[in-house]
Amino acid sequence: MRQFIIRRTCYSIITLLILSLTIFSVVRLTGDPVTLMAEPGARAEDLARVRTQWGLDHSWPVQYAHFVQNILAGNLGISFNYRMPVSELYFERLPNSLQLALAATLLSFLIGIPAGLLSAVRVDGAWDQAGKVVALLGLSIPGFWLGLVLILVFSVYLEWLPTGGKNDWRNLVMPSLALGWYFAASLLRLTRSSMLEVMRSEYIKLARLKGLPGYVVIAKHGFKNALVPVLTLAGVNLVVMVNAAVIIEVVFAWPGIGRLLFEGIFQRDFPLVQGVVVLAGIMIVFVNLLIDILYAYIDPRIRLTR
Amino acid sequence: MSITTTPRVIEVHRPSQVRRWVGDLPLLPLIILVPFILAAVFADFIAPYDPTEPVRGAKIFEPPFWMEGGSTATLLGTDFQGRDSLSRLIFGARVSLIVGLMGTVVAGGLGTAFGILSGYLGGWVDQAIMRLTDAWLALPALVFAIFLAAVVGPSMWNIVIILGLVYWTRYARVIRGEVLSLREREYVQLAEIAGASSLRVILRHILPNVLNTAMVLASLTIGVVIIAEASLSFLGVGVPPPEPAWGLMLSEARSTLMAGKWWLTVFPGACILLVVLATQLLGDWLRIRLDPQQRNL
Repeated sequence: MRQFIIRRTCYSIITLLILSLTIFSVVRLTGDPVTLMAEPGARAEDLARVRTQWGLDHSWPVQYAHFVQNILAGNLGISFNYRMPVSELYFERLPNSLQLALAATLLSFLIGIPAGLLSAVRVDGAWDQAGKVVALLGLSIPGFWLGLVLILVFSVYLEWLPTGGKNDWRNLVMPSLALGWYFAASLLRLTRSSMLEVMRSEYIKLARLKGLPGYVVIAKHGFKNALVPVLTLAGVNLVVMVNAAVIIEVVFAWPGIGRLLFEGIFQRDFPLVQGVVVLAGIMIVFVNLLIDILYAYIDPRIRLTR
Repeated sequence: MSITTTPRVIEVHRPSQVRRWVGDLPLLPLIILVPFILAAVFADFIAPYDPTEPVRGAKIFEPPFWMEGGSTATLLGTDFQGRDSLSRLIFGARVSLIVGLMGTVVAGGLGTAFGILSGYLGGWVDQAIMRLTDAWLALPALVFAIFLAAVVGPSMWNIVIILGLVYWTRYARVIRGEVLSLREREYVQLAEIAGASSLRVILRHILPNVLNTAMVLASLTIGVVIIAEASLSFLGVGVPPPEPAWGLMLSEARSTLMAGKWWLTVFPGACILLVVLATQLLGDWLRIRLDPQQRNL
């Protein structure tokens, strides 16, 4: 177990190195980073000041060392627009993003798992057909467009829900639906196939032979075992959520990290953009590491095979 | 094996084989996809107006023709500059399909190349490529794409390259797995014993055998890439205005959504939905067609 944790941690560090190296080199290969780090329209002496301030007059390896050092020290630069350290802004917005992600996850569980279960129990029945359509639509409807259509229906025409912002629970309904939609569909698919696989196994046959009532077999023997891959997906989901959340937050003016990133892009606030990407990357890598360790703890086969 | 009998056998089987394929072609995705492909290819001839210029004589925000105030001159209405929605949708198909296809080709090419190298050469090359793949997989793809696009600047071909760079990992993983087992096959080992160079073995014996898998993956990637392009364009780091891209049209429509200009939001999104849906269905069909083992998934 300890060996597993050490190895996984090393992988995570490599991942972070590659992340930082990519960001570092992309910025430098495509132009002079000084023009990005300085505010648009800065004068020549300002450029020179920024150059020395961020050590951009050194060679690349030295610059990279500085870059990593700064990240480790939590120093990601000052946002042009907010005049605040980027890390401070990030952690100020983080709770909002987590709240949205949590609501979306909850909603998708509530939709996806029962629907998948229903489809699996009555294979090829009406529910299963409907489930198939929903699953297919879920994977093809762009979440942000769903959000726009929801706004159109529930805010513009029905005037039931606010279009955006963050005040009370009503602000959370549409964004979490738009964000959780994709995940609900993939949960449905996975629950269905996982359930079907489990229901074909020997111990289910045995349970049936024992004369247990159908719902006990399904709930106790089937569903419990079918849930394992479903929970694995929840880990993967986090990455997907962070991705999709950027655009959903923009659609609903939700004051989270995605919105922050968008503002950064829109206002040419490069330190903000770079900082958010770095921090989001670190967070993802860290959570993935935790999930890996958690699974190795739960399921010994994982730590032995990988 | 006698060489002379082989062609005859193929001749006997070919007609029925072809008929089976045609009869099996999935109708629904093709019905959806073919019009979009035609629109993309012949946009210059089909589109009634220039997609980047306001229609002469038309007002801004004209609704579709069946609504009050709409006119049959601009069938699906006009946008905030008085440009024809239908023409923009038609040219938008071109952008979406080019980015979807080319992004997938870049991703597939990179991923397949890395996967084959990794699986066939093994050793430290394998280790290096797989660590890189893992690292890349762990990054949030779209966020990373947004960052890259913000740095290199928006243009259609930049987006193609960026999305290719972001989505190659899955190919590398899967193809490497295939190559690992192919490498142990007798014909590959015999080719090696016969003195074929690594390059020859890869090109003649490995590559043709992983193409099916690559195709299936590609059919599933296209939709993802199309949505990613739309997302980037929506956020303002994708295809730059006045180019008619569906994502961009959605972004332009956002400010007037509250005013009830629904057609500017509904149509571009519906186009994305239909194209992605069709590629998904086509991908499912292809997967079952090319990989019998996955039929019951």
